[in-house]
Amino acid sequence: MQELIQAAQAALTSKEAAFIIGYALTPDGKKTRPFIARTPDEAAKLVFNHTCAHNLAVYLTRIAKPKEGKMGIVAKGCDTRAIVALIQENKITRDQVYIIGVNCSGVTADVTLPFGADNLPSKCIMCQVQVPPVSDVLVGTAAPYDKPKDAVTERMQLLEAMNEHERFAFWASEFEKCIKCYACRQTCPMCYCEQCIVDKTVPRWIESSASLRGNFSWNMIRAFHLAGRCIGCGECERACPMDIPLMLLNRKMGMVAMQQFNYRHGVNPEEPTLVGSYNMQDNNEFFK
Amino acid sequence: MNFINDDIFMAEEKFEPKITCFVCNWCTYTGADLAGTSRLKQQTNARLIRVPCTGRIDPVFIIKAFESGADGVLVSGCHPADCHYNTGNYHARRRWIFFRELLKQVGIPESRLHFSWVSASEGKKWVDVVNGVIDTVRKEGPFEDYHKVNTEFAFPEPEEAVCS
Repeated sequence: MQELIQAAQAALTSKEAAFIIGYALTPDGKKTRPFIARTPDEAAKLVFNHTCAHNLAVYLTRIAKPKEGKMGIVAKGCDTRAIVALIQENKITRDQVYIIGVNCSGVTADVTLPFGADNLPSKCIMCQVQVPPVSDVLVGTAAPYDKPKDAVTERMQLLEAMNEHERFAFWASEFEKCIKCYACRQTCPMCYCEQCIVDKTVPRWIESSASLRGNFSWNMIRAFHLAGRCIGCGECERACPMDIPLMLLNRKMGMVAMQQFNYRHGVNPEEPTLVGSYNMQDNNEFFK
Repeated sequence: MNFINDDIFMAEEKFEPKITCFVCNWCTYTGADLAGTSRLKQQTNARLIRVPCTGRIDPVFIIKAFESGADGVLVSGCHPADCHYNTGNYHARRRWIFFRELLKQVGIPESRLHFSWVSASEGKKWVDVVNGVIDTVRKEGPFEDYHKVNTEFAFPEPEEAVCS
């Protein structure tokens, strides 16, 4: 992808960006992995294809901020939403990042299988930002692709139809699988606390053993801490080695934000965050 | 001499719910105090935990209450526009709008988690709210779903080390 490499090399040569966070091929050449290019030569390794499912915005809060130049990042339309969300939450400023927007024609859910309508993650099925809304330079072309029905939406409806005992049993069977590897947290661009509540030992709010009791509190609190903040990239679910459907919780929180506050996080960098602000006219019906 | 009242042991085992109440220092706690000094009668299933403000109540407290065996939780504070710290209850309300929906999604029914605004002068309202919550939860029965999570699936105690 020559256009992407040229844009990255231009940014690195002009010292506008100190490094470019992007994608490179894995040694077997079949998949891609996150890759940080610090010189124009290294930038030649950058690629973009259907296996670039990662949300690289997670590195913006993890990497040491450069003394000179900006943090360059290769971002799909959905990833720019995470970047805007981080700007909204004052973790980074717009002039600290150099965004190489790539027009995206969808990524695969399972990188080992070929790209197609039956191998699309939920974020691509719901996608409305094939062309990144925010970018410093825009590369590539966005090709339309067939969008099947969204599996997460269907599962949400199934869950909605259950009674509370069934729902509790469903989550008990799902959370029982959790091994507390915290991959969901590590891969989430919005989970940037320097000390996570689950790592606090005095007092220990969340049991750190992978018992069902600790798993319940961990997964509930993780979802709650992303309430009104989740940008729906689905990285937590993709990273989960035990295939826990975490997006069913995140999606629900997003629906509440949409229905009750008509709010989407990571769209307008000027807007205050939802849980960080309040309104006197908020729903008061559930109070006695 | 028999100091033990046999009635306690002989009585038929009847379910009495445990209710954890998180109440704000400035309104509801004082309101509950007023209920006491006014000699109003209320059921005794509620355990009060006093916090500075409803804004201090992290949802993790509520989960911890369920983990510790509560059958129901009541959260209560100052009426909107009455907060001692001006905006604490507004922030708390917004958080709970999300938290309620999250618990519903996980399968913890609304009848287990109650919210109210009770001011310092509403001793009578406090008694009504507490009695109402206790009656609701008593009707629901013990929170077996979560109790199971606490006990049956709890991480096993390590076996006693055997020295060879």
